[in-house]
Amino acid sequence: MATRLPELLRKHHDTLLAEWMAEQKAALSRKLIKDAELEEQCAAFLRALGEGASRGDLTTLDGPAWTEMKELLTTVSRTQGQAGYSPSETATFVFSLKKPLFARLSRDLAAADLAAEQWTAMVLLDQLGLFTTEMYQRNREEVIMRQQQEMLELSTPVVKLWDGVLALPMIGTLDSARTQVVMETLLQRIVETGSAVAILDITGVPTVDTLVAQYLLKTIAAARLMGADCIISGVRPQIAQTIVHLGVDLGNVTTKATLADAFALALQRTGQAVVRVAAPRKKKPKEVGKDRKDHE
Amino acid sequence: MERIPILRMGNFLLVTIQVDMHDRLAMQLQEDLTSRIAKDQARGVLIDISALDIVDSFIGRMLADIAGMSRVLDAQTVVVGMQPAVAITLVELGLSLRGVRTALDVERGMQLLEQSIGDQTFATRAHEDDGPGGES
Repeated sequence: MATRLPELLRKHHDTLLAEWMAEQKAALSRKLIKDAELEEQCAAFLRALGEGASRGDLTTLDGPAWTEMKELLTTVSRTQGQAGYSPSETATFVFSLKKPLFARLSRDLAAADLAAEQWTAMVLLDQLGLFTTEMYQRNREEVIMRQQQEMLELSTPVVKLWDGVLALPMIGTLDSARTQVVMETLLQRIVETGSAVAILDITGVPTVDTLVAQYLLKTIAAARLMGADCIISGVRPQIAQTIVHLGVDLGNVTTKATLADAFALALQRTGQAVVRVAAPRKKKPKEVGKDRKDHE
Repeated sequence: MERIPILRMGNFLLVTIQVDMHDRLAMQLQEDLTSRIAKDQARGVLIDISALDIVDSFIGRMLADIAGMSRVLDAQTVVVGMQPAVAITLVELGLSLRGVRTALDVERGMQLLEQSIGDQTFATRAHEDDGPGGES
């Protein structure tokens, strides 16, 4: 039996839309999306539903007939998610169509067809609702993935301190994925800048256990293979204690308590020096005053 | 048969690996290099691997072996220009080439060799000076 759903949707498009909109407004306690935008989405949904129902299989969403519908629902779940709606509120977008649609079906169809039509419509709407929730979830996951990636990149900057001296201020706990990124960026920068000394600053690393120490040693070994020396700096007293208690062997890696000490050593190793050329400057306000006078 | 050229620069031998290393080539290089060190009485070997972008455990071990053999023949080995990806691979393979010295590029590698060999020759000369003095 051919379904009369597309025909009904076409014929009663406007009334259905109005009833659906009213239904949604009643269901949602918060209003985070503009009415005009919502109405536009609803109208597009009804059109896509009619289109899909007339061409496709009503029991499954697979197949080309529902592609447009899926795209639409992806957009809807994204905009609703971004606006701050919860997953169930987003799913309500689809489920709130049930009431007006079923009312329309029972009014227009003979009792014999009604049960079958209602069943088809319900299965279809349930699937669409589930799809919307799924999309909502996926959008969220994408956001999380992107943030994770950004965090990974943000937290591992390699800075050039001086000619031939790189510094890598590490912040946060080191795990295997981060070590990989750290290692890659560090080695890449060593090649780019031709630096012979790299300082790994672990001031921002909360704890150093055997695993973290192993990651550090790996990074240092890789840098050494390329011909660059590494100095570990920012070792806090507690970390020094932990390292010794755990029996971690840092081998012949030079460690320094502060970045400044490590930098001094790096300069020494690269045969450079920073010297004071004049006495420290006087207080600023005086200077500013003098400058002003000069300008006048 | 394909061979990797070994160039002589004063006291040093310079090997630049420009082709993909395969096992037979590596073995051949090992053999050629050791015989050249002996023949030329070279004091240092500089291996430039900046064009090498794939290594396996065999090539990694070969580099370590060459360094070991050179040391036995009283020549220092410096490996220069290792690519980041190669360095990471070697570390992951657990080959950190402990006895091998490294430098960023050929220029710095040469400096390193000259420095260490220079120190050595100075040391021997000092010894020679000491020798007769001690006897008299």
